[in-house]
Amino acid sequence: MVDQSAVGRCFTPVTARVEPGRLRYFLNTLGEENPVYRNMDAARAAGLTGMPVPPTYLFCLEMMDVDDPFEMFTALGIDLARVLHGEQSFVYHAPVLVGDTLTFRPSVTSVAEKKGGAMTLIGVRCAVTNQDGVHVADTARTIVVRNEVAA
Amino acid sequence: MTASGDIKAGDRLVHKVFPPITRHTLALYCGASGDHNPIHVDIDFARAAGFPDVFAHGMLVMAYLGQALTDVVPPSRLRHFSTRFVAITQLGAKLTCEGTVAELFAENGERRARLALTTRDDRGEVKLEGSAIVAL
Repeated sequence: MVDQSAVGRCFTPVTARVEPGRLRYFLNTLGEENPVYRNMDAARAAGLTGMPVPPTYLFCLEMMDVDDPFEMFTALGIDLARVLHGEQSFVYHAPVLVGDTLTFRPSVTSVAEKKGGAMTLIGVRCAVTNQDGVHVADTARTIVVRNEVAA
Repeated sequence: MTASGDIKAGDRLVHKVFPPITRHTLALYCGASGDHNPIHVDIDFARAAGFPDVFAHGMLVMAYLGQALTDVVPPSRLRHFSTRFVAITQLGAKLTCEGTVAELFAENGERRARLALTTRDDRGEVKLEGSAIVAL
């Protein structure tokens, strides 16, 4: 079971490029037709200098470009089949635009047991910077591990 | 977005209904999002993990909520977006995303609104609860 010793652990930083083709696939999957994501004029009209990404796309970029998408689970000995997503948050400091290259730096910020040890909640935070060193966002997720409880 | 001067607490700004979630959507989202956890696309894996079937990625549901949000708030005005995944979203779920103004306040030299957000399925079960802070 994951314990307090995991708090403070950092994982390999992830460098991700905001590629237009992959973004279009995401937009099409979601039926996203908002022109701000597809049309430069609409993006400019919204006050941006390039085409933005949808609000949750940072989460995807980190997963798409990581060398080992399950590095954290392997490092902490977590069985993928026992993982659920509990909470997710994004704080946006500056625009993320098509063509940007982002760096994600994930680390474990908390570990808590719930329901008498039936679940472990793991908090993971990620600072996100762009190619100019601008701190564009912070993401945070809570991973729920359904522990095997002795009968 | 509605002329910002007109917005007041209790106003419902966000409302969007999405088509039912299909296995095809989950397969596409697996590739589109980089979330390759087989529990969302491989029924054998899902059953072995104790679930009756595959189920939607929480982040797919949050992406729909984000879409409903940026239909009315330009992405450049979004400052914060968070959700709690309250219940697993099953195949076939037809999701309704809603957001109402919870409070208006000033922060970092901007007028901002906090929106209380929910996503429910067609039976009314809450799947996501969240909030967003937007600049007016």
